[in-house]
Amino acid sequence: MSSVLLDARAIAKHFGGVKALHDVSLSINQGEIYGLIGPNGAGKTTFFNVLTGLYHPDGGELIFAGEKLPASAPHKVAKRGIARTFQNIRLFANMSAMENVMVGCHVRTHAGVFGAVVHDRRTTAEEVAIRRRAEELLHYVNIADRADDLARHLSYGDQRRLEIARALATDPKLLALDEPAAGMNGTETEALRELIEGIRKDGITVLLIEHDVKLVMGLCDRVAVLDYGEKICEDVPAVVQKDPKVIEAYLGGSLA
Amino acid sequence: MDIFIQQIINGLVLGSIYALVALGYTMVYGIMGLINFAHGEVVMIGAMVALMVIKLLVNSGLPVFIIILIALAAAVAVCMAVGYSIERIAYRPLRRAPKLAPLITAIGVSIILQNLAMLVWGRNYHAFPPILPTSEHDIFGATITSLQVAIVLIAALMMTGLIILIHRTRLGRAMRATSENPPIAQLMGVNINQIISFTFVIGSALAAVAGLMVSANYSIAHYYMGFMLGLKAFTAAVLGGIGNIAGAVLGGILLGLIESLGAGYIGDLTGGFLGSHYQDIFAFFVLIGVLIFRPSGLIGEKVSERA
Repeated sequence: MSSVLLDARAIAKHFGGVKALHDVSLSINQGEIYGLIGPNGAGKTTFFNVLTGLYHPDGGELIFAGEKLPASAPHKVAKRGIARTFQNIRLFANMSAMENVMVGCHVRTHAGVFGAVVHDRRTTAEEVAIRRRAEELLHYVNIADRADDLARHLSYGDQRRLEIARALATDPKLLALDEPAAGMNGTETEALRELIEGIRKDGITVLLIEHDVKLVMGLCDRVAVLDYGEKICEDVPAVVQKDPKVIEAYLGGSLA
Repeated sequence: MDIFIQQIINGLVLGSIYALVALGYTMVYGIMGLINFAHGEVVMIGAMVALMVIKLLVNSGLPVFIIILIALAAAVAVCMAVGYSIERIAYRPLRRAPKLAPLITAIGVSIILQNLAMLVWGRNYHAFPPILPTSEHDIFGATITSLQVAIVLIAALMMTGLIILIHRTRLGRAMRATSENPPIAQLMGVNINQIISFTFVIGSALAAVAGLMVSANYSIAHYYMGFMLGLKAFTAAVLGGIGNIAGAVLGGILLGLIESLGAGYIGDLTGGFLGSHYQDIFAFFVLIGVLIFRPSGLIGEKVSERA
């Protein structure tokens, strides 16, 4: 029905003798919300780190929008259109919320040394545009009133939202969210679900790591399950939920 | 009272120079956690290049202002190239090495640059040609020369420019983001190699200006002058809180004042036992004091956890 945006082919990553990812292949379609689940230590975050160029894979390749992604070059991956958030929030803690989002705009803007020193008209115009875009995004995630506060002074939920706004500022084709609902209460999770659906409506494909099964099953079009670094299942949520291998991975071997 | 005012003025002049150099230390430390001990040598090279250009042009009939401007441009250009090369050749290959390796390398680079300078410019002191106006102004019974006024004003201007650059431009934001968390900055599309190079280049440009100021202020330049100056500026950066831009400015000016007042009164304080040529001890008392009682500096924060 739709074209493939990300095609991961036999991605492998090991740390010493531990196979964190063992030939993981998955493909994400344009415009879908794709869930990546699995028990703790299954390799989900490692996959994110390889995807965004923070880790160098030991095997396999990533095809994004028809072209091979460069390995271990995060700034080039960002340029190609992949953005992410982190399980343990990683904002620029001593910069304001607004500035965090403005840094996110870095990848799509150009002013360099000359502009920084001379402040020519184009640089000034770009700076205004960056600021306006950052304001829009803070509104979009509902934290516009905290724009001038330092990121570290924001509440936990607001920090998560700010991280999403910063990721969106890179103008991604694919947004990878690493456990965005972790530590959120029911109301916050519900608001998060609406936010993610809104992001998809805006044409951005979403890759979601999440432990909140209700959220994943309600939100995702398709789900892949990792266990001990291997993909054990990939299908629509209704099928994944009933897969005996998945149940075994989550509940242990006793049911088998 | 006259002495007091006079020493305050001298301290401000000296402090402005320290602040410019301290900014170079603090920016590099902020971005990559490295103490670039070769930075003092960049100041020396700036002073030497400027001096050579002035000597060349002194009889050319050009107006003094133009000569100084050309000398400054040459010094800035050479220092930028030197700063860029130091990072590229000496530090970048060690980016992932344990912290001690680049630190030792920095000391090595410093020694190499000193010796290169000695080969190029010789071991003699070079006198600054007396081309600058020597007009003096009276304030509160003390005197300040036009040169001193110019040093303080230019330093203030450059520091303001730097602070605007860091806080109000796309490049400055990328620098601060890199300083807080390099991998995450990269995920925002920041090319951290570029940012690090840029940091070295900017710091070196400030050093070049400081070099010209020092040699003009003391009317002398020497291949070894960067060593003590570098240590003093490093002390200033630590005093303000290394890694902190405002801290470097504050630390530089404070250290200048401390040294200057100390030199002015040390004779009285020790009953003539120690003379003003002992002024260097103050900087190092300050360094020891800060390291013992407030290692994070006056306005420094605890070093944040890096991802």
